[in-house]
Amino acid sequence: MMNVIFTVMILFSVACGIVTGKSAEVSDAAINSCVEAVELFLYLIGGMCMWGGLMKVAEESHLTDKLAAAFRPFAKLIFKDLDLNGKAFHAICLNVTANMLGLGNAATPLGIEAMKALETEENANGTATRNMIVFSVLNTASITLLPTTAASLRSKHGSAAPMEIFPCVIITSVIALAAGLISAITLDGISGLTHKKSERKSPDV
Amino acid sequence: MFKFTELLIPIFIGLIVLYGLLHKVNVFDEFIEGAKENLSVGIGILPSLIAMITAIGMFKASGGMEMIAALLKPLTDFLGFPSECLPLAVMRPVSGSGALAVYETILESVHPDSFAGRVASVILGSTETTFYTLAVYYGATNVKNTRHSLVSSLTADFAGFIFSALTVRLIMR
Repeated sequence: MMNVIFTVMILFSVACGIVTGKSAEVSDAAINSCVEAVELFLYLIGGMCMWGGLMKVAEESHLTDKLAAAFRPFAKLIFKDLDLNGKAFHAICLNVTANMLGLGNAATPLGIEAMKALETEENANGTATRNMIVFSVLNTASITLLPTTAASLRSKHGSAAPMEIFPCVIITSVIALAAGLISAITLDGISGLTHKKSERKSPDV
Repeated sequence: MFKFTELLIPIFIGLIVLYGLLHKVNVFDEFIEGAKENLSVGIGILPSLIAMITAIGMFKASGGMEMIAALLKPLTDFLGFPSECLPLAVMRPVSGSGALAVYETILESVHPDSFAGRVASVILGSTETTFYTLAVYYGATNVKNTRHSLVSSLTADFAGFIFSALTVRLIMR
């Protein structure tokens, strides 16, 4: 999948750059983006180590166990056969907490940790498992309780009530998340069905 | 409300450390242990991060964004989505900083309290940078086949765009 996305994006950009006459910009982007990626890495790695350290403290003091207990009902609803005492679930709980508080920089390292743990616990073997997909959707459509960035830019541009978008943001986030989760779970069900069918067919033939 | 958000991170960190202290955890030693683990994870991500950020950067520069926006226009017009917000909807899944830049340009051309201005604000507040998140999360694992992760994530984004226009139309008059 990543092979396809990467190849399509590169080829599309090259072709598009030629058509729109922006080849110079595309070549600049190719040269500079890899440097940007390293800058982003430096930015991320500090946060990852900091939050990874704090996560370890929270784990050792069994704080994550408490948090996990609060999220258990919701987790049972969207995850399937997830070890609710495992490391992955603890990381997921902290990641969701950080996301809801709008702490994006904290959520990313915790999310990475959760993904790694899910991969090990579920023997992913190079293919994303159902729970990994559900978790990735949970993060790409994460719910932020306070839209502070949008609000501060709105007030900068002279909005009379910068926070008035709040109810719309919450409703839209919840609907978007639900749509993503439903899609993730149904598509998994469909691929599971076709998989089982092909398995059943073989002994008949 | 803004004061409260400033307090969030310090309280979050303070609480974890205090809780650890009360439960007789060697806070510093455990912190170092966790940081060490994540350092090696981070180095593992770097190559795929470079690959994806480069592809995203080239895509942004090529003008492909505008082309996709033009292609989608008939569909979004039909759904009652303001055309001013189209570049934002196309940029949003690809780049967080890019989306912020597009949002700024939208607010410079329309008032933040206009229909398009409000819809743009709701989009920015309620959706996430899908491609970046998937690249970073799956980049940390050995997963080659992400199956329907991208399709499902983009479904969420698309629902977010449609409902940002709908909720603004219904709730804010």
